Amino acid sequence: MAVRLEPGDRVRVRDDYPMGHIRTPVYVRGKEGVVIKALGRFPNPETLALGRDGLPAKGLYEVRFKQSELWPDYNGPESDTVLMDIYEHWLSRI
Amino acid sequence: MAHDPKDHHHHHHDHDHHHDHTHSHAHDLAPLIPHAPPAADEKVHAYHQVLGLALKELLIEKGVFSADEIRKAIEWRDSITPVMGAKIVARAWTDPAYKKRLLADGTAAIKEFGHDMGALHLVVVENTPQVHNVIVCTLCSCYPRAILGLPPSWYKSREYRARAVREPRAVLREFGTSIPDNVEVRVHDSTADMRYLVLPMRPEGTEKLGEAGLAALVTRDCMVGVTLPLPA
Repeated sequence: MAVRLEPGDRVRVRDDYPMGHIRTPVYVRGKEGVVIKALGRFPNPETLALGRDGLPAKGLYEVRFKQSELWPDYNGPESDTVLMDIYEHWLSRI
Repeated sequence: MAHDPKDHHHHHHDHDHHHDHTHSHAHDLAPLIPHAPPAADEKVHAYHQVLGLALKELLIEKGVFSADEIRKAIEWRDSITPVMGAKIVARAWTDPAYKKRLLADGTAAIKEFGHDMGALHLVVVENTPQVHNVIVCTLCSCYPRAILGLPPSWYKSREYRARAVREPRAVLREFGTSIPDNVEVRVHDSTADMRYLVLPMRPEGTEKLGEAGLAALVTRDCMVGVTLPLPA
């Protein structure tokens, strides 16, 4: 079971490339972000996609990434960001 | 859509209709189904389109649902237009208490308009003088369909999905939208159970407009965040 994350926690996305219905975009894997909000618990889409019940439900977190963290050559202000919702088993606290 | 099965959970019909083998073979029904691809496209049906059609015909044959139920579901989908979203934005612009409810819990606030997110959740993100929000789904085509209807084709294109997170300011400029460098461009990549809607800033010079007049300034694209509301 993943640790419970809090808003403000710095996290790293798992740098992993399993097969299947993964809702963690490849471009954030291995990247650092900050938890903005805990969104609740939701059925796991990776097992739902296999026709199972998606249980146990997974914690879902809104995570903010700096564009400059995602793309070292990002051509825009340092303040630009990407936010997305990531399931707990893809996140670890830094 | 296989991409977004939860969108459909609350629209399942009861499976209590009978299936009559003596007539109405599914192939006979195909030309009657609305939104069948035009004849010119039939030669270029991709593998997955053929698979989808075959699956649909089999499910009809097995009595899981009827062609009429598919037609009704498509009609229901088509009845949802961005006008619904525009009314919600105009209400938020004119009623501070509603705006507060909308930003706190979009799913609950749109129920006041009779809209239902089903198993999904609506999150409304507010544009401010400091932040401009843009919505994308890089993985598929997640979109607040319950209040905007079906997404436009550009929203589903690989170009938009790839570039909106990689060079959002260039994409916005192509939509005619220039965001100053002192404003954060905040891209929301819809990856899970949340659907995002942008609450644009109310245009200047609209003090005298009522809700209906304001709603007319709110376009689909400004609720996705690629443009701004029309000027008054």
